[in-house]
Amino acid sequence: MADFKKLEAELLAAITAAEDDTRLETIRVAALGKKGSISELLKTLGTMTPEERKQEGPMINGLRDRVSEAITQKRDTLKRAATAERLVADKVDVTLPLRASALLRGHIHPVSQVIDEITAIFADMGFSIAEGPDIETDFYNFTALNFPAGHPAREMHDTFFFNPKPDGERKLLRTHTSPVQIRTMESVKPPIRVITPGRTYRCDSDQTHTPMFHQVEGLVIDKTSHLGHLKWILEEFCKAFFEVPSVKMRFRPSFFPFTEPSLEVDIQCDRRGGEIRFGEGNDWLEILGCGMVHPNVLRNCKLDPNEYQGFAWGMGIDRIAMLKYGMPDLRPFFEADVRWLEHYGFRPLDFPTLAGGLSE
Amino acid sequence: MKFTLSWLKEHLETDSSLDEIADKLTMIGLEVERVEDKARELAPFTVARVISAEKHPNADKLKVCMVETGDGQPVQVVCGAPNARAGMMAVFARPGTHIPGTGLDLKVGAIRGVESHGMLVSAREMGISDDHQGIIELPANAPLGKPFAAIAGLDDPVLDVAVTPNRADCLGVHGIARDLSATQLGKLKDDTVKPIKGEFPCPVAVKIEEPSLCPAFALRLVRGVKNGPSPEWLQRRLRAIGLRPINALVDITNLVTFDRARPLHVFDAAKVKGGLVVRRAKKGETLLALDGRSYEFDTDMCVIADENGVESLSGIMGGEASGCSEATTDVLIESALWNPANIAQTGRKLGISSDARFRFERGVDPAFTVPGLEFATKLVLELCGGKPSEIVLAGAIPDGGRVIDFPLAEARRLAGLETKVGEIKRVLTALGFIVAGSGETVKVAAPSWRGDVEGKADLVEEIVRILGLERVPLTPFERGENGLRPVLTALQRRTRAAKRALAASGLVEAVTWSFISKKQAELFGGGGPELALANPIATDLSDMRPSLVPGLALALQRNADRGYPDIALFEVGQIFTGDRPQDQLVAATAMRRGAAKASGAGRHWSGLGAVDVFDAKADALTTLAACGMAIDKLQIIAGGPSYLHPGRSGAIQLGPKIVLAVFGELHPATLEALGIEGPLAVSEVILDRIPAAKTKASKAKAALVLSPFQPVLRDFAFLVDRGVAAAEIIHAAKGADKNLVAAVDVFDLYEGKEIEAGKKSIAIAVTLQPREKTLTDAEIDTVAGKIVEEVKKRTGAVLRA
Repeated sequence: MADFKKLEAELLAAITAAEDDTRLETIRVAALGKKGSISELLKTLGTMTPEERKQEGPMINGLRDRVSEAITQKRDTLKRAATAERLVADKVDVTLPLRASALLRGHIHPVSQVIDEITAIFADMGFSIAEGPDIETDFYNFTALNFPAGHPAREMHDTFFFNPKPDGERKLLRTHTSPVQIRTMESVKPPIRVITPGRTYRCDSDQTHTPMFHQVEGLVIDKTSHLGHLKWILEEFCKAFFEVPSVKMRFRPSFFPFTEPSLEVDIQCDRRGGEIRFGEGNDWLEILGCGMVHPNVLRNCKLDPNEYQGFAWGMGIDRIAMLKYGMPDLRPFFEADVRWLEHYGFRPLDFPTLAGGLSE
Repeated sequence: MKFTLSWLKEHLETDSSLDEIADKLTMIGLEVERVEDKARELAPFTVARVISAEKHPNADKLKVCMVETGDGQPVQVVCGAPNARAGMMAVFARPGTHIPGTGLDLKVGAIRGVESHGMLVSAREMGISDDHQGIIELPANAPLGKPFAAIAGLDDPVLDVAVTPNRADCLGVHGIARDLSATQLGKLKDDTVKPIKGEFPCPVAVKIEEPSLCPAFALRLVRGVKNGPSPEWLQRRLRAIGLRPINALVDITNLVTFDRARPLHVFDAAKVKGGLVVRRAKKGETLLALDGRSYEFDTDMCVIADENGVESLSGIMGGEASGCSEATTDVLIESALWNPANIAQTGRKLGISSDARFRFERGVDPAFTVPGLEFATKLVLELCGGKPSEIVLAGAIPDGGRVIDFPLAEARRLAGLETKVGEIKRVLTALGFIVAGSGETVKVAAPSWRGDVEGKADLVEEIVRILGLERVPLTPFERGENGLRPVLTALQRRTRAAKRALAASGLVEAVTWSFISKKQAELFGGGGPELALANPIATDLSDMRPSLVPGLALALQRNADRGYPDIALFEVGQIFTGDRPQDQLVAATAMRRGAAKASGAGRHWSGLGAVDVFDAKADALTTLAACGMAIDKLQIIAGGPSYLHPGRSGAIQLGPKIVLAVFGELHPATLEALGIEGPLAVSEVILDRIPAAKTKASKAKAALVLSPFQPVLRDFAFLVDRGVAAAEIIHAAKGADKNLVAAVDVFDLYEGKEIEAGKKSIAIAVTLQPREKTLTDAEIDTVAGKIVEEVKKRTGAVLRA
């Protein structure tokens, strides 16, 4: 009896004192291993009489269970301590700054964003996107658009020319995206509904002009479309683009060689306080030119002006971007100054849609 | 085109206000750019009398004046002007008045201890001249309390109208008045010019040698004129629109130019020798013109010559030698018609702008050629006296009178405008058109001054602009059959995808000029003569770009120079390989500088080095993948164009011929030629070269087939010659058993110590994907053996122990 008690006390003391898993395992083997002290005691049960066994059995088994339980508990304790120690060692400084993710560093240029916005609006009205070359012929840029040779309207375009070829042909950089109207009418049978965004060039450079800029034109050719439709389309566009519930627009007669009648369009705005707001105020701001396609232009594209009719409009993409997003100056659009691009640029995944809103 | 309100009212009877007139002009297509209304600006400045002017008690140069302003009690004003004195009439401004000359609003204040309730002003303070000698002194009979502007003759507002190139008739006040009268804002006065009977034959003969350049030329001599300064009303009128009065004869020609859009010329008859000949200039002939400059002509130009030689540059500017001066007693007045295109071309070549050229190149009213001469004669006789000769007319006035068949429904068809027949007739008639007939289609004859009107659409414009565009109702535009269909082409979709993908990789989109310097163009494979501008705006913007690389490289350097060295830029835009439409391609070019890697830019506690060829390769593959290209179908070929580092560049190809992209680090010689510093890693993808995706009948994706068997991963380390490309080893490993090898990756690369010179160690992980049953160890060993064998056969690599 006393031996059992002593053995138990010794073992429990050793378990409590064990400082690590290895020591604990040694103790376990010494007590409960094949030749362990308790295992030896258990072996003696087989040699006992039933009476002895009835008396000794529960004591030996009890001893075994208590020591085993103590080892298990000690093992858990040691494991928890080890984990706690490792956690302390693993600690890092979570305040260390990260690199900005690519999605935060990348930016879309306002011109691309605004082209996507314009595309979203006009695609919804059933317009396709047409494109044409930057290097054009005199025919597509002027003659087909009803600019008479030598007319002052031609001169007003400040055209960039290439050197004449031996055959006398002299190519040029398109001064507007209107040549795409001609190319479209030549290749597509009406009804036609296209918008034509693209780069355009004029040899002019000052605060508000750059030798390269972006334009978007619209063209509708069918048998019924008239100025009333044009007014409606432009008003719908301005409301959608400037994201205002209503706009007030003013259509003034003007002159372009390729339209008749020709109009210029002003939009009412408020310019007080250094920023422009649309849909309110008392100022008029010119934003685009438009008109019914000139009968001569239709004829030049082999369309009978008595049968077909339609309208066209054109505006500066850079300019309407400036009006909407408040850039004060045109020139930085093309200077690739990353400070400007990051400030006025758009996030990579901010894809303009009519469903989600053009801008946030 | 500038004119004053009173000038307009000489042609138009109207009670409308200045604002109403200006608004109406803008709304009928004669856009008013500016209204200068001195009467309004100067309204607070009124006539006052200085009752007394005593020396200021505390200042030697100041005076304390009592001023009678015309409304009630005299006010005390402190004034520093030397000419301020008792009894004088002066100009007074009350407190609160804005003083244009100082930019300040006047306040009641104490000046050196004496209160001042207003100001006696100088001309400069009112902003009407630079005169600041003293305060303005008015005649003794100036009406007390009345606005100064009226007395000074500054109360005639000036309107500046932007006349569009088609409206040559509105380059005269009369034409503008006619347009306004059509809107019923006023009534056009009868300005018919009465012929003046000649008292003797014109002694100077006129011969037109070149009728194509000068269809008609009318001339008249007025003898015994007294030239000198023109009367005050005429001088004031010319000054108001920015012209300098010269002498009566010259001022008359300017008046007729702006009044009737009819330029004229006057010769001093005493200086003209023999008859006048209108002819082409001889090469090298020169003329000292009235602007004091000498011009040399070529044979495309048209001149008026006499026996002395060239006397005038037709329709543009007269010559100094035969010009009229105060000594002129006999004057020849010319009114001619010129070929508009020829005038424009000559003016452009010689760089001369003149009011005459501006009108002739837009087209003057041919029918007014002789009446214009009669009108000028009338003014000469009135202002300078003299006896007129008969008119000599060489050539013939061309017939105008284009007649247009005009369906009255045209305004509705083209403009959506509902009108009454009476309205259409009234508008056209008021504008000088003659409308005949009564059916649904009428005949409309255009007046001689409307050379711009060609057809039905022009008449619609006239009707719409005069009746008002606001009468055209907004008409909803149905979406049509294209609604809900995709509208972008494949290239447009790729352009958008490439932009978003590159931005999402941390690059910032730039838009750079389409033209670069010739040297840069040559460096990147361009610079051919067909892509060089004849009139570049600057020498560094002279040639169309063959690549987006130079523009971006220079932009990155500019950013670096500003203190931002670790920047990544991209551009998706046009490049030019020739001048035909098909030679223009869309490139998506990404360029990283310094430490602007995809994972982060610049120095960082987590480490990372400079950008390199692999950053460039990643950008190229990202772009291609975003554009729908299956990356595993592409070949990476070592080496790129000559502007890239030969050992750190590559091309991405689809088969041996189609080069979709190039990538790499810039060649040191390229950096030097561009004058920039690296490291720079660039990729350029040509979006046009990506093949179109096959259109499929169904949008459904192929069925997903999943293997029920676990994939097995085996690693192999090879020792191989340094020059062997990793791609060859991967290709060999894949080819060893195409059914089982699902993927091969390089997970370790080592060169250096422990490896024999000229060799490298390359370790690959091969994924085997069984499809029919789980692989046994023996089967795996067999495949592994095949892989080792195949790699050895293709590349000479040996398995490392």
